[in-house]
Amino acid sequence: MIPTKFAYEAPTSVEDALRLLGEAGDEGKILAGGMSLIPVLKLRLAGPEVLIDLGKIEDLRGIREDGDALVIGAMTPHHVVAHDPLVEQHAGLIAAASKTVADPQVRHRGTFGGGLVHADPAGDLPAPALAMGAEFVVAGPGGTRTVPASEFFVDLFTTAVGEDEILTHVRIPKHTGWGSSYKKFTRVAQQWSIVAVAATVRVENGTIAEAQIGLTNMGSTPIRPAAVEQALVGVSLDEAAVAAATASVAEGTTPPSDTNGDADYRRHLAGVLTKRAVLTAAGA
Amino acid sequence: MTVTEIGSARLRKEDQRLITGRTRYTDNMTLPGMLHIACVRSPFAHATITAIDVSEAKASPGVVSVLTGRDLADEQGSLPCAWPITEDQKAPPHPAVAVDHVAFAGEIVAVVVARTAAQARDAVELVDVDYDELPVVLGLEHALTDEVLAHPSLGTNKSATWVFDSAEAGTGTDVDQALAGSDVVVERTYTQQRLIPAFMEPRSTLVDPTGDQIVMWSATQVPHILRLMLAMTLGIPEGKVRVIAPDVGGGFGGKLQVTPEEVVTLLAARRIGKPVKLTETRSESLMAAHHGRAQLQRLKIGATKDGIVTGLSVDLLADMGAYLGLVTPGVPVLGAFMFNSIYKFPAYRFSTTNLFTNKTWTDAYRGAGRPEATFGIERLMDDLAAELGMDPLELREKNWIKHEEFPFTTVAGLEYDTGNYEAATAKALELFGYDELRAEQKQRRDAGDRVQLGIGISTFTEMCGLAPSRVLGSLNYGAGGWEHATVRMLPTGSVEVVTGASAHGQGHETAFSQIVADRLGIPFDNIEVLHGDTASSHKGLDTYGSRSLVVGGMAIVAAADKVIEKAKAVAAHMMEANPDDVEFAAGNFTVKGTDASVNIAETALAVFAAHDLPDGMEPSLDSDATFDPENFNYPHGTHLAAMEVDTETGEVTLRKYVCVDDIGNVVNPLIVEGQIHGGLVQGIAQALFEEAVHDDAGTLVSGSFVDYLVPSAADLPSFITDRTETPATTNALGVKGVGEAGTIASTPAIVNGVIDAVRHLGVEDILMPCSPHRVWTAINNAGKGGLAAKGGGAEAAVPETTSPEQAASGSNSSGSLPTGDVQ
Repeated sequence: MIPTKFAYEAPTSVEDALRLLGEAGDEGKILAGGMSLIPVLKLRLAGPEVLIDLGKIEDLRGIREDGDALVIGAMTPHHVVAHDPLVEQHAGLIAAASKTVADPQVRHRGTFGGGLVHADPAGDLPAPALAMGAEFVVAGPGGTRTVPASEFFVDLFTTAVGEDEILTHVRIPKHTGWGSSYKKFTRVAQQWSIVAVAATVRVENGTIAEAQIGLTNMGSTPIRPAAVEQALVGVSLDEAAVAAATASVAEGTTPPSDTNGDADYRRHLAGVLTKRAVLTAAGA
Repeated sequence: MTVTEIGSARLRKEDQRLITGRTRYTDNMTLPGMLHIACVRSPFAHATITAIDVSEAKASPGVVSVLTGRDLADEQGSLPCAWPITEDQKAPPHPAVAVDHVAFAGEIVAVVVARTAAQARDAVELVDVDYDELPVVLGLEHALTDEVLAHPSLGTNKSATWVFDSAEAGTGTDVDQALAGSDVVVERTYTQQRLIPAFMEPRSTLVDPTGDQIVMWSATQVPHILRLMLAMTLGIPEGKVRVIAPDVGGGFGGKLQVTPEEVVTLLAARRIGKPVKLTETRSESLMAAHHGRAQLQRLKIGATKDGIVTGLSVDLLADMGAYLGLVTPGVPVLGAFMFNSIYKFPAYRFSTTNLFTNKTWTDAYRGAGRPEATFGIERLMDDLAAELGMDPLELREKNWIKHEEFPFTTVAGLEYDTGNYEAATAKALELFGYDELRAEQKQRRDAGDRVQLGIGISTFTEMCGLAPSRVLGSLNYGAGGWEHATVRMLPTGSVEVVTGASAHGQGHETAFSQIVADRLGIPFDNIEVLHGDTASSHKGLDTYGSRSLVVGGMAIVAAADKVIEKAKAVAAHMMEANPDDVEFAAGNFTVKGTDASVNIAETALAVFAAHDLPDGMEPSLDSDATFDPENFNYPHGTHLAAMEVDTETGEVTLRKYVCVDDIGNVVNPLIVEGQIHGGLVQGIAQALFEEAVHDDAGTLVSGSFVDYLVPSAADLPSFITDRTETPATTNALGVKGVGEAGTIASTPAIVNGVIDAVRHLGVEDILMPCSPHRVWTAINNAGKGGLAAKGGGAEAAVPETTSPEQAASGSNSSGSLPTGDVQ
């Protein structure tokens, strides 16, 4: 398992990283933890000539409040995100999902931004970020722009981040007081999601006031089922009512078929897991 | 005896070096001037090689040589199969490097030798091979038709058919008559899916051709067999080859092989005249190291209406894969003696038809034939119990051999020396809380709970400790089954024990030291166990089949006893006593009725000096012994699993697992516990997680640990283990093998538990591994009252396809490794 030869750069500022990325042209690749990229290199499925490691850029690490949002640096490790008090308080869904990423070693080495830009349909961060309406701050040669979650995930392993751009921060709107749940369905603990459902819910007077949902691995990108979110408003916290409101969650989705299950089974699972995630998030 | 090492739960002496990394795995070794090999492997499961262009690879930086099968054709011979099960067994030639035909994806077609491993890997991509693809045969029932041939030159996919019939053997009556006269006959087809041994250390071989003797280090279970086979295959005088198995990181049968990688490394090193190393990648290991299991079991069992079994008929289709490895054909044959298990069946017929397919060849994998057989009979006993409306335990009890009936000659012709199935079962039931769990199961069924509870039962015995040589000979196995040992007394009073049983994770150094410590009265820490090098351990038959303690350990006992006899004569001389009056205990020689005493270390020093020995005495206490047992030995046990099935998702959870094993006397309870735990996990993994899946073209889909699901500690509960101890009567220590027990018994216990949880919903069978998808599909199909009840309807109709769902799958597999943009 030996990758092809590559040059390694470790800039200490976003500006330097962008410059190096520009110089490398098509042959540059950002290293943002490497938990997916390194296996790909070792299997020689990719062979970039330059790796630009963002690990030494301090500005890209850490979590802070900014008004109504939390700002999470792209290079913040999953473990830090999962256990950060601000994330727990204002974005419980992000903390819950981060706790399920792979294994402890990966959670200490892999990063929040890396997992999002990698955009594996079975990855655990895109669906929660989409559900929570995250905004993605992307730096490029021409300056910084902000991409809404609805436009960020473009296709399988493809995001709105351009070849010459770097994701620097993610803004998560605060969901203070909302309950949350990430139901990840796997056969063994260390496995990609067969299907997972992210739900964050605000309960008022014993009924659901607002619900935001994201589906993992139900298509080439994460899915936010708006109709189900609407249907849940005003629903009481009992299983039958929630099941009725979430039954159609997988309608029109095109999940993969593989050794872990076919598309029909995944659609069935999405329904069951959505019901369970909403009930758990609502504290029922 | 003041020393009581045997029975003590000593921590393993080898663990300090293994855990702290002070290890000598093959890939850790570097010799001066060493070159590296990387392999070019066929991406096609079946093809003709029409041309290979190596010119660009040869010109690549650091490349010393590129060798194709054509280059090696005159010297590589054919890899050995030591177990031709019939005289007319068919087998294709098996070159280490394919010459003009490849029969499975992953077969080596060329090797690159370069100065660094990276340079070798780079140049592999520059070797240009032209293939003409041929049609593939993958499923067993398809292979049986001979419509597509795995090896067109062979003319058939059938390698051999081997039959045992109790009427012909005189061990029982005719099974057809027995079944015809039965009140109930249950007929089932079960599938043993293909598994990958997935040992932790990938295979690695280093060959040093400098000097007069070729030295090979290899991650192998069988250094002695490997040396013999290299000599025979390549025509090298045996004395000119030395094989060393240094620290070896697991094998599970997967390193009981003479591999193409070993042969080609030797050939390359010999040609170039420099040390050469080949270490496979994990992907190569999963694809090209031999696989295991892979059988279709067509079974019929008859019984009276009150549950007395009248006869059992077993008809196997066994997947050899593309070639016959070292003992490939014999694996299903080992099952022939185990389908009758612990039971008193009056009539029995077994047949296996061994078939070639275009997949990686199969061979021994932990249990080798016995887990497959145990699964078949234990699933069948549960299905028979359901048919009879009888508690599955009661059915087993009615048919098993009672403890007072031992020794017992089975319908398969083996003589079981001892056993007590009643005692092991009673203990297991108590630990499990059987009655309470049955009550909870009923309550959940009555309430229609979303999560249903099932209880899985598996009783088992196994024949282990391979030997005896005479029996192996009667089965046409190519070697004996004895084991050799030397015990050497060093002048300082410490001891070297040399054994032919080479460890690869079992803890031999600890267990053998305990035995010798007790036997000779020497402190545990003063004993060194040497193994795995044909130069120091010149004779041996290596480690597999749970044989190290029961065969190798007994050779050590015999050698130690010879040392004592020799030392006794020396001690008598030193004490000026008649040897007949000298007694030995706890390391001391004493003279009856006196206070004279000499310890064994003092005799060793006296012999070393040799200043004053009796006339004619050889100045050495060192002793050899070779032990060949008269019988196998027969550990047994009762395993119980409480399985929860979420009927909404098909998710299966192992809630509680109890096993009571009887392995006779125990040398080291801690090592035994470790063997049981590891064995259970591997068996449970077959039931729930692991499967080698190929696509329609014969490409391995589960080619990485992303898709080949090896469970971790997070996936399993704590096991409740206990023992009964019925000593074996066929060896001096009363011990039985334990290396495979957990794997053999646990698979059917788990699957029986899953089926038991949903049988009331109309489910009869679910293919392994019982994935949530398959369980959910089975429940759904049963609920619809349709074709019922098989794990996923359509798939049950074509069980020979490794994973039928796969055929329909799209290509956008999740969690896979992409080629596109990655950050």
